[in-house]
Amino acid sequence: MAPALQTFGLDKRFGGIVAANDVSLHVEKGARHALIGPNGAGKTTLVNLLTGLLQPTSGRILLDGNEITHLKPHKRVKLGLTRTFQINQLFFELTPFETVALAVCEREGLGGTWWRLLASRRELVAEVVSILERFGLADVMEERTVTLPYGKQRLLEIALAIASQPSVLLLDEPAAGVPEDERQAILTIVAALPSDVTVLLIEHDMDLVFKFASFISVLVNGALFVQGTPEQIAGDSRVREVYLGEAAHA
Amino acid sequence: MKSSAPNQLKGSFETRARWQPLEVLFWVAAFASYYFLPGKHLILTEIAILALFALSLDLILGYAGIVSLGHAAFFGFGAYVAGLLAKHQLVTEPLLALLLAGLAAMLLGFVTSFLVLRGSDLTRIMVTLGVALVLREIANRYAWLTGGADGLQGVSMDPLLGLFRFDMFGRTAHAYTLIVLFVLFLLARRIVNSPFGLSLQAIKGNALRAAAVGVAVNARLVAVYTMAAFYAGIAGALLTQTTAFASLDVFSFERSADLLLVLIIGGTGYLYGGLIGAIVFKLMQDYLSALTPQYWPFWIGLVLVVIVLVGRDRFSSWTLPLRRLAARLDWRAQLPRRSVGGGG
Repeated sequence: MAPALQTFGLDKRFGGIVAANDVSLHVEKGARHALIGPNGAGKTTLVNLLTGLLQPTSGRILLDGNEITHLKPHKRVKLGLTRTFQINQLFFELTPFETVALAVCEREGLGGTWWRLLASRRELVAEVVSILERFGLADVMEERTVTLPYGKQRLLEIALAIASQPSVLLLDEPAAGVPEDERQAILTIVAALPSDVTVLLIEHDMDLVFKFASFISVLVNGALFVQGTPEQIAGDSRVREVYLGEAAHA
Repeated sequence: MKSSAPNQLKGSFETRARWQPLEVLFWVAAFASYYFLPGKHLILTEIAILALFALSLDLILGYAGIVSLGHAAFFGFGAYVAGLLAKHQLVTEPLLALLLAGLAAMLLGFVTSFLVLRGSDLTRIMVTLGVALVLREIANRYAWLTGGADGLQGVSMDPLLGLFRFDMFGRTAHAYTLIVLFVLFLLARRIVNSPFGLSLQAIKGNALRAAAVGVAVNARLVAVYTMAAFYAGIAGALLTQTTAFASLDVFSFERSADLLLVLIIGGTGYLYGGLIGAIVFKLMQDYLSALTPQYWPFWIGLVLVVIVLVGRDRFSSWTLPLRRLAARLDWRAQLPRRSVGGGG
């Protein structure tokens, strides 16, 4: 069985800066895979390469064994690869209802439909509402997104990705900047994702990583540094050094 | 709880898709003007044409966030195509000629849409401006076809549908443009309340995320730009057909710039902005040019400055209390909702 997501020798250079250096990552189907690393290790660059926001300088990316290296971002979404953003990327003038409806419409291939009213699809409306209920957003679903508190926006950010029903979900620091009481809601939702969804979690928060992940890859200076189970990573002196080194700087 | 939730959905796309009493009133008034303002057919026809043109710009600016300062390119193209069809007796039935002119402008819109895909607002302003200027110069250069600076003379058409002659009082022209405007408005209303319309608003809000949700951003922008060009072409063709004349100024920069002004007055992104803006703009122009035949652009300019200073949002929110009132007056809102699919 082909891994859900694979890269081979992925390189990305910005002028003289090497943001990704020969990254060969294998994410198994249904994995709870975490990608960690100190600030500036190239985690977000890697996510941008995987989702097509950036083109690699060299290397290949396979999704379910199919080459996607040069596909446009929206085509990768259609193939089941979806992401959340470290910094919320939302539609401020739309409501949560409209936001999630957009993702559901695109998933169903209705996005180009202009001769039928959105509201006339009852089953679609029901699904959107049920997703919003799951994320505790039902009571604000008709407010403009810009008026929502940050924690709710963060939940919407994740709801939007999940509404696409991805087979591979990339979560880029889902809990970043979320207040403690809403943090739990996000953790619960992430933990409750169906087991056939492959999750690659990019995270800074070790607590969350060790609670969630069954496999961890450590990225340092754009290259894969160590990989292994949480126990192996926790016991690895080199990883500790990298993080302690960073802690000493900070 | 779960099953009842969709039925409680009040705002968003559903209410927007349903007809508000105020909207009905607006269109009743528009059609009533034909009977109650018999001496005003000419200016009302001009207003309807400008409103259709503004509706076209609102589709790309208000919904997809594409700024254009050369929308007259499509208006002018439609105007000349309609004129040439009539002059050379190629298609003499006005409605069919109107459709062909719209389709020709649509084709031009499709071809030039690829120029506005990339780049910032500033690039788009320059590119759209450039396209309009190029077309104007082509029309100027090929005078054997277009009449050049003298304009296209000798436009004559058969009666509309073989029944209604264009009379000197502009009665037929008025009814004709108003009906075309209404039909195309209905279509636009449907488009913006569709999943396609939603995806346009998403692109306007955040193109990066729209793509990350699976929206084919470029294809949608091409589609809406092409549709808008059709609308603009129809507006231009209506001008030619109702005045039996087309001149180079259909492509002029002022026409594109005035159009933006119309939308600034009326507000963007709710379709009525273009219609209301067109009414205000034309009446203002009419009044001011009667008052000071030479200096009326001064007053228009002053009004523009005031609008910008007072704040565009506040101006376009003029209609907000009206819209709220409309929602309160909406008797259907008091009834239990039958189904979510009640829109349309």
